[in-house]
Amino acid sequence: MKKVLCVLLSILCLLTLAGCGKSGNGGNDSDGTVTVKLGGSGPLSGDAKVYGEAVRNAAQIAVDEINASDSKIKFDFRMEDDEADGEKAFTAYSTLYDWGMQVSLLTVTSGAGAAVAASYDEDKIFAITPSGSSTALVYTDSKNFRGNFQMCFTDPNQGVASADYLASYFGGYKVAVIYKSDDVYSAGVYEKFAAEAEAKGVSVVYVGAFTDDTSTDFSTQLTAAKDCNANLIYLPIYYQPASLILKQAFDMAYTPIFFGIDGMDGILTLEGFDTSLAEGVYLLTPFAADAEDDLTKNFVETYRSKFGDTPNQFAADAYDCVYAIKQALENMNYDGNMSSEELYEAMIAQFTSMTFNGLTGSNMTWAENGEVSKAPKAVIIINGVYVSAE
Amino acid sequence: MKTIINELLHHRNRSRMLSFALIIGSYLIIEFLMHSIRISRLFTSMLVPCCCYIILALSLNLVVGFSGELSLGHAGFMAVGAFTAIIVSGLSAKMIPDPVIRLFISVLSGSILSGLTGLLISVPVLKLSGDYLAIVTLAFGQIIKSLITNIYLGFDSNGLQLSFVTNELNLEQGKMLLSGPMGATDTAKISNFSSGALLIVITLFVIYSLIDSKYGRAIMAARDDRIAAESIGIDILRSKTLAFVASSILAGAAGALYALNYSTLQPAKFDFNTSILALVYVVFGGLGNINGTIIATTVLYVLPELLRSLQDYRMLIYAIVLIIVMQLGSSVRLKRSMEKLKNRFSKKGVIR
Amino acid sequence: MTFLTYLISGLALGSVYAIIALGYTMVYGIAKMLNFAHGDIIMVGGYAAFYACTRYGLPAGLSILLSVLTCTILGVIIERLAYKPLRQASSLSVLITAIGVSYFLQNSAQLMFGSDTKIFPSILTEGSFRFFDGKLIISYLTIITILTCIIIMIGLTTFINKTKIGKAMRACAEDKGAAQLMGINIDTTISITFAIGSGLAAIAAILLCSTYPSLSPTLGSMPGIKAFTAAVFGGIGSIPGALLGGVLLGIIENLTKAYISTQLSDAIVFAVLIIVLLIKPTGLLGKKENVKV
Repeated sequence: MKKVLCVLLSILCLLTLAGCGKSGNGGNDSDGTVTVKLGGSGPLSGDAKVYGEAVRNAAQIAVDEINASDSKIKFDFRMEDDEADGEKAFTAYSTLYDWGMQVSLLTVTSGAGAAVAASYDEDKIFAITPSGSSTALVYTDSKNFRGNFQMCFTDPNQGVASADYLASYFGGYKVAVIYKSDDVYSAGVYEKFAAEAEAKGVSVVYVGAFTDDTSTDFSTQLTAAKDCNANLIYLPIYYQPASLILKQAFDMAYTPIFFGIDGMDGILTLEGFDTSLAEGVYLLTPFAADAEDDLTKNFVETYRSKFGDTPNQFAADAYDCVYAIKQALENMNYDGNMSSEELYEAMIAQFTSMTFNGLTGSNMTWAENGEVSKAPKAVIIINGVYVSAE
Repeated sequence: MKTIINELLHHRNRSRMLSFALIIGSYLIIEFLMHSIRISRLFTSMLVPCCCYIILALSLNLVVGFSGELSLGHAGFMAVGAFTAIIVSGLSAKMIPDPVIRLFISVLSGSILSGLTGLLISVPVLKLSGDYLAIVTLAFGQIIKSLITNIYLGFDSNGLQLSFVTNELNLEQGKMLLSGPMGATDTAKISNFSSGALLIVITLFVIYSLIDSKYGRAIMAARDDRIAAESIGIDILRSKTLAFVASSILAGAAGALYALNYSTLQPAKFDFNTSILALVYVVFGGLGNINGTIIATTVLYVLPELLRSLQDYRMLIYAIVLIIVMQLGSSVRLKRSMEKLKNRFSKKGVIR
Repeated sequence: MTFLTYLISGLALGSVYAIIALGYTMVYGIAKMLNFAHGDIIMVGGYAAFYACTRYGLPAGLSILLSVLTCTILGVIIERLAYKPLRQASSLSVLITAIGVSYFLQNSAQLMFGSDTKIFPSILTEGSFRFFDGKLIISYLTIITILTCIIIMIGLTTFINKTKIGKAMRACAEDKGAAQLMGINIDTTISITFAIGSGLAAIAAILLCSTYPSLSPTLGSMPGIKAFTAAVFGGIGSIPGALLGGVLLGIIENLTKAYISTQLSDAIVFAVLIIVLLIKPTGLLGKKENVKV
């Protein structure tokens, strides 16, 4: 056994070492097009696989579309698995670095992204995350990662927007909050919301948390919220646990108003979900899969025919990311003759100055610190579709 | 002189020499390669975590292999070591600018606190046996993870501030060290491969000294036959406590080294799956087999990275490899044919 | 009144844990192994019922039957292929194999069924009893869950004590060598144990997914660990122990969430477990085994 292991080990070592010296820049092709190596990592196995897959699929659609068009910029796209884990994100990043990645979609999840954000900064590789909403991906207390940008709202941004909305439209309501305390996204939004709600006079009567290990049974939290006479429940969580909360509240004949954030998007397309449960649910979202504009229609149709599912906001953000990168490269007339550092600087210059129209919003701009200017918009679900609530 | 050589070549010592030679040799080769040719980033990025997992697996082997107790919560000790190291390193960043000294102090304090936790936990744990013991270690692992997930710790001009469950800190120009589920962010990366290799050597030294000591022999006697060991007056509890605490110290050191290798770390990293992962390394390498553990950890750590080209089938293949190796390793038929082969080649021809 | 609501929902949660724990305990009692893949068999059961019901439009009863059959067959196949060759190996090798099987099932499910959550249809029943002007609501499902748990428990006890196979199982649990000498086929007995344990997992899957209707490839892992805890809590190897452990765990979990802290509920549940084990080192109803020299 030991000998077999020894032999295996030496083969493995050789294989990993062999990865060296392969990297090169994408460059000019004979037909006048330029190929850019676009990387990115996300959970493609494990619990969070659904998010990683959505991003990979949507980015692939965008890349295929661009490569099939007569665009001068072509992409060579590679997405690596990071299991939504910092350590794996780091090896995924290293793999992509060895491959010669020039521009990146950073990571899909915040936790994994925070672990590699500094590396992108050090190696001067431009990156824009479709869905890593924590601010730790773009700046920290001490440092601004100049080349890291975001396509989605930041967590604090959503917390503030939710508190604002509740304060101005649901003034006298008694609010209960149910959030996932061991999730970076949920806790991040909740923390900011709690501070803002207090400042704006939203009366929060009950706060219930749950963790990964207790994410099926919400009867306790709902009963407690009902006991406090809460008539609005704020849910800064993803749609999967939210669907359970809606069902369990319905079963106990508890009918408050539910208010979700962008993670709630996707609830209507859950296979087998009784959409009548989501009637009257408010949520903040940048993207609606049933929107009528051509861009959304085309995207949703392609996604459905290729992958069988309806795309969610993760997918839409990823699709936008690829096109935003393309726009920036076109604006600077990228011809493949730039050094990686020049490309990095040029991309930053473009992103901080350009406006972009995509699936998830129009006239988007980016601040110096990497945050996108999108304002979260509230919608309400009526007859199974999103309707603007403002 | 001859006796010394004989002693060195004695079977037991040969395997010990081999462990040290393996680590120091690979360290020298890798260092040489890193300075001579351009090595892939992937390879260098795996060095420190691989060292950490080797230390973790070795420390777990002390409990599972030598002591014979199944521990399912070893990631908890790693977590204690990791977050202690982050706090110490974060607090002393201004006082001790030298990263090597800071790393040393952080790892030391991480392992001390983890050792204390181990001592505390060993009292209830070692009163139990078998699967009841296993479930209690699992429970402690979960409790530690859950507690760390709820700690908010920061410091500013007013000193250290702590809040539990909800974040009530109001820092003025300060820095958050731990922020609940977000864990630690913006940690200075001060771990390096040399310290990892050195820590493995220290770990090996600690484990071998423990095994060779009076306590080590007592532990193994108790593992093989508890009643017989007790009947000749061996204080089993004390020996086992020693092994358990030593193991938690080492696991804490592994965690500390690991934590200081990344700029962020979340408590969720140290969940049940990480404990199980360490157990898989130990069983793959062989219970009580130090060299086997080192090799198995390296192979199993590198394997998923090499399977990247398989994309979605990666973890599926990993699972299949796990099952098949276990089948081969324990297959009676395979063992018999291997033995036959051995007998054919060895001159003595053992008769059984 | 609120307390009663908490208690009843805890009882329902506990009943599901108990059914899963029964599977753990039976397999442990007879094969002396911790079958960590048990939780993932629940997941397979859930998907089997889901597809039978929504994709092929089978009626509820048939879907449940199909799910039980799928799990039973899967359980036996896993036992034959993965665990049987390891009968002589150390218990840790078997444990790691079980973990490998668990990874295998999860990853295959992700590839086959996709990774997004699916909502389990309410195939059992909907609606609820209302008491005290709707202050106390007990859904039919809760009652079905608790009743199923009791029926399974009684049925299993009778089976083990009265039937020939049950006796063979007890004999195997007691002493495999001696049982073999008495003409009991060990392999068949262990296979039957796995079949029953996996069949129970399918029933647990239906109840679990009906109460908490979200279906994902990693659905089984947390209930699996909780049920394992419950089995140890009650004394692993003991059937009434599994029931008691499961129900208590469910109730403690819910009451902690209600009255102490939702964030720390896990830590508190495990702390209670540790305290119980310190007072009764072999679980609540576990037998103390005296090692003979």
